[in-house]
Amino acid sequence: MSSETADTPIAIKDLHKAFDGQKVLDGVTLQVVRGETVAVLGRSGGGKSVLLKLLIRLETPDSGSIRIAGQEITRLDEKQLNDVRKKIGFLFQQAALYDSLTVEENVAFPLSRHAKMSNAEQKRRVRELLADVGMDRDLEKLPSQISGGMQKRVGLARALALDPEILLFDERTAGLDPITASDTGNLIRELKKKRRLSAIVVTHDVQGAKAYSDRMVLLHNGTIQAEGNLDELQRSKDDFVAQFVGYGSR
Amino acid sequence: MPYSRGLFLDGREHPQEMYLTLLILATAISGTLASSRIPLRFTFPKGLLISVFEWFGELGIFCMRLFRAAMVPPYEFGELVRQCDEIGSKSLPLVALAGAATGVVLSLETRDSLVRFGAKSFLPAVIVFSIIKESGPIITGLIVSGRVGAGIGAQLGSMRVTEQIDAMEASAVDPYKFLVATRVLACILMLPLLTLAADFCGIFMGWIANMLAEPISLHLFLENGFKNMLFSDFIPPTLKTTVFGLIIGLVSCFQGMRTRGGTEGVGRSATSSVVLSSLFVVLADVVLVRLILTLWG
Repeated sequence: MSSETADTPIAIKDLHKAFDGQKVLDGVTLQVVRGETVAVLGRSGGGKSVLLKLLIRLETPDSGSIRIAGQEITRLDEKQLNDVRKKIGFLFQQAALYDSLTVEENVAFPLSRHAKMSNAEQKRRVRELLADVGMDRDLEKLPSQISGGMQKRVGLARALALDPEILLFDERTAGLDPITASDTGNLIRELKKKRRLSAIVVTHDVQGAKAYSDRMVLLHNGTIQAEGNLDELQRSKDDFVAQFVGYGSR
Repeated sequence: MPYSRGLFLDGREHPQEMYLTLLILATAISGTLASSRIPLRFTFPKGLLISVFEWFGELGIFCMRLFRAAMVPPYEFGELVRQCDEIGSKSLPLVALAGAATGVVLSLETRDSLVRFGAKSFLPAVIVFSIIKESGPIITGLIVSGRVGAGIGAQLGSMRVTEQIDAMEASAVDPYKFLVATRVLACILMLPLLTLAADFCGIFMGWIANMLAEPISLHLFLENGFKNMLFSDFIPPTLKTTVFGLIIGLVSCFQGMRTRGGTEGVGRSATSSVVLSSLFVVLADVVLVRLILTLWG
């Protein structure tokens, strides 16, 4: 891997995606360097979640390039793609926990399939991950027996299970109380500091994003309308950008 | 007589299959119309034809992906055992009950007819042959397509709309291997075993019903019943249920995996899984009976 790709784990170039003829992404270009957290802002239905799903090829792009950890994922076969996916932790909007498995089994699921460790080590690792998100007392509960916020925390523990290099968060704070939202924000900062993780966080929470992100991008009409830190966005001469950031900052 | 009398009626006639086929076909069409809310206009058949071709095309792609996933290691043995329990053990009471009811009804209905023709002594053989050769396998197929088909369609549909299947792919686990291959294989393995249970309960309850009308020992009943039975009468009809299992597993997993449209979509997937798998089980039965008669006559 060249030093350029090692330093830029996520590189998106001229990405296009449409559903039933309706353009959702219309030439998105974005790079995330190692250790950087980028917050993707935008209106509901603006293609933010689609962008994340394209990065892990849960959706396939119409055109454009997506390089993850130096590999062009649009051209990979199933096995190569899965090797790339192991480097990515994905937190879904509604956590997407497996409802027939307990909290402990949910977090153990990726470990049992990909990590070469004994059962005892696996159990210890699962408990560590759940302790990090404050869920180590509900190991035997099913997802239906815990609240939406708790599910989100378990989802975060599962996303971190394989020690990913890249984290993708879809609506990180949705369903979380302010204290837990702040705790997970701190966790992202800590992980970034400790392991130089790269992350893309899709969010509506402009103030929250200011606290943990290095850069914000505003997705509008299928393209990146503006990027920079909150102050730069607030000074934007674009009416939509100023209005969006202005409302979000109140 | 060759196939001169139509698709369903060969020389030996299988009216049971024909009536069931027509009934399910009517249910399937009316169900599809009702759920898709397609107004009945003259343009309807063309749209339906395209939908049918699309459905079979997508099913073909689904089968190829499933086959590839099932062949390549690692294999999900733990999940396979769990699905065998879910599909096999948990369907057992219902299948046994249905088999038992069939045995009783068969005994009650047939006794009267055989008495009229002075052939009462054939009753054990009629019950045993009817149950083993046709009633046991088809009843098991239809019961399992109802219970398991709806379950698989709803479960996978719900996993699809709540992004659990996406989460599995994001964890670098192939859902075709973990969710689909295990369920299809469990259906294939469990159907013959459930059929044996249905056969056993049907014959046993047939004897009970017969004994209530006219005392006969179990030993004598079984001896009369199985006297002329060959392995070729028993093995092919029992093993044909592996095809029923394949159909139930494939169709319901396919319907579940292609679910769209929230909870309403989950309901549609559960319904269509039952309707389509029952329909294809009955159609496959007609073909397989003909094939078995040709090969083992």
